Amino acid sequence: MAESHGNAQGATAHTEADGGHKAPFPPFQKDTFASQLVSLTIAFVALYLISSRLALPRVRKTIDDRQNTIEGDLAEAQKLRDQSDAALKAYEADLAAARTRAQAIGNETRERLNAAADTERKALEAQLSVKLADAEKAIASTRSAAMSNVRGIASDAATAIVQQLTGATPDKSLVDNAVEASMKG
Amino acid sequence: MDPIHQFNIEKIFTIGHIGGQEIAFTNSSAYMLLAVVLTSLLMLATGRKLVPGRMQSIAEISYEFVADTIRTTAGKDGMKFFPFVFSIFMLVTVSNLVGIIPYTFTISSHIIVTAALAFLVFFTVLIYGFYRNGLRFFKLFVPSGIPVVILPLVVAIEVISFLSRPVSHSVRLFANMLAGHITLKVFASFVTMLGAMGIVGVFGAVLPLALVVALTALELLVAFLQAYVFTILTCIYINDAIHPGH
Repeated sequence: MAESHGNAQGATAHTEADGGHKAPFPPFQKDTFASQLVSLTIAFVALYLISSRLALPRVRKTIDDRQNTIEGDLAEAQKLRDQSDAALKAYEADLAAARTRAQAIGNETRERLNAAADTERKALEAQLSVKLADAEKAIASTRSAAMSNVRGIASDAATAIVQQLTGATPDKSLVDNAVEASMKG
Repeated sequence: MDPIHQFNIEKIFTIGHIGGQEIAFTNSSAYMLLAVVLTSLLMLATGRKLVPGRMQSIAEISYEFVADTIRTTAGKDGMKFFPFVFSIFMLVTVSNLVGIIPYTFTISSHIIVTAALAFLVFFTVLIYGFYRNGLRFFKLFVPSGIPVVILPLVVAIEVISFLSRPVSHSVRLFANMLAGHITLKVFASFVTMLGAMGIVGVFGAVLPLALVVALTALELLVAFLQAYVFTILTCIYINDAIHPGH
C-alpha cells in the first residue's frame, strides 16, 4: 500500500501511452482518500481554531471599535451643536434685551428733550407776548397823542378860517365842539 | 495536454500509516494548508485601522458577508455556528480562487473533499438538531397542515430528501469545479495544438485563446459562487437543526 500514490500516477501515465486500459479518474482513486481526509481534517481543525479563537474576535473588535468611535464622535458633535445652539439662543436673548433697553433709553431721552423744548418755547412765547403788549400800548399812546395834536391843529385852523371870513374871533368851545362833531362824522 | 492530469494527487512525503493505509502529505494537502495560511494572513495580518485599507476591507467584508448570510438564513441563534460556517466558506472560497491560477491544484475538484465537508455539515446538523430539540427534531420530516392520508408519502419524501442532502451538497461543488477546470484545460490545449500547426494555426488559435480568457472570468465567478452556494446551503441546513418545525 505504501506504493499506492506512485502506482496511480504510473497508471495515468500509462493510459496516455496505449489508450486501451482505463486508469482510475484521479478524483475517484480510492487509495488517495485517506491522505486527503487526514489533511482536510488537520486543515479544517486548524482553520476552525484560528477563526474562532483569533481571527473572528479580532475582526469583531475592530468593527466594534469603529462603531464605538463613530457613535462617540456623533455624540460629541451633537453635544457641541447643542452647546452652540444654547450660546446662540443666549446671544439672541441678550441682543433682544439690549435692543429693548436702547429703545427705552431713546424714548426717555426724546421725551425729556421734548419737555425741555416745550418749556423753553413757552417761556419765549410769554416774553414775546409781553413785548408785543408793550409795543401795542406804545403804539396806542402815540396814536392818541397824535390824534389830540390833530384836533388842536384843526381847531386852530377853523378859528383862523372863521376869523378871516367874519373878522370876529369865534368862541373856542364852539369851535372845539364843531371839530369834534366833524371828526366823528 | 491531458485535461485530467491537473487533478492528479502527487505524494510529496509520507506522514505515516493508519491500518496499512499510507497517509501522505500530497499536493492536495499543500493547497489545503495554503488556504488556511492565506485565510489566517487575511484575517490576522491586516490592519485594524478606523478607516480600513484594501486588505482590511476584504477581511471585514468576508466577516460581515458570512455573518449576514447566517443571520438571514438561520437567524440570531445560528451565530453560534459562525466560526464553523466561516471556516467552510473561507476554505472553499480561498482554495477555489487559488485553483483558478494556472498550474495550481483545486482541492474541491476531488469528491472526497467536498463529501467530507458535506458530511461534516450533515452530521453537525443531525447531532445538534437532536441535542437541541430532542425528539422534536423529527418534526423536520412532518410538515404541518398536510392531510393525514398523504402524510406517510410526504414524510418518506422528506426523509429521502434529508438523507440525500450530503450527496447533492458535495456533488454540486465537486462537479462544478471539475467541469470548469476540464473545460479550461481543453480550450487551452486547443491553443497550443493550433499554435503548433504553423501560420494558419496561429490565427486559428485566437478564438480558443479568447474563449480561455472568457472562461477564466466565468470560472472566477463560478469559484466564488459555488463556495457561496455551499455556504448558504450549510446555513439553511443549520437552520433546520435550530428550527425544525416548518
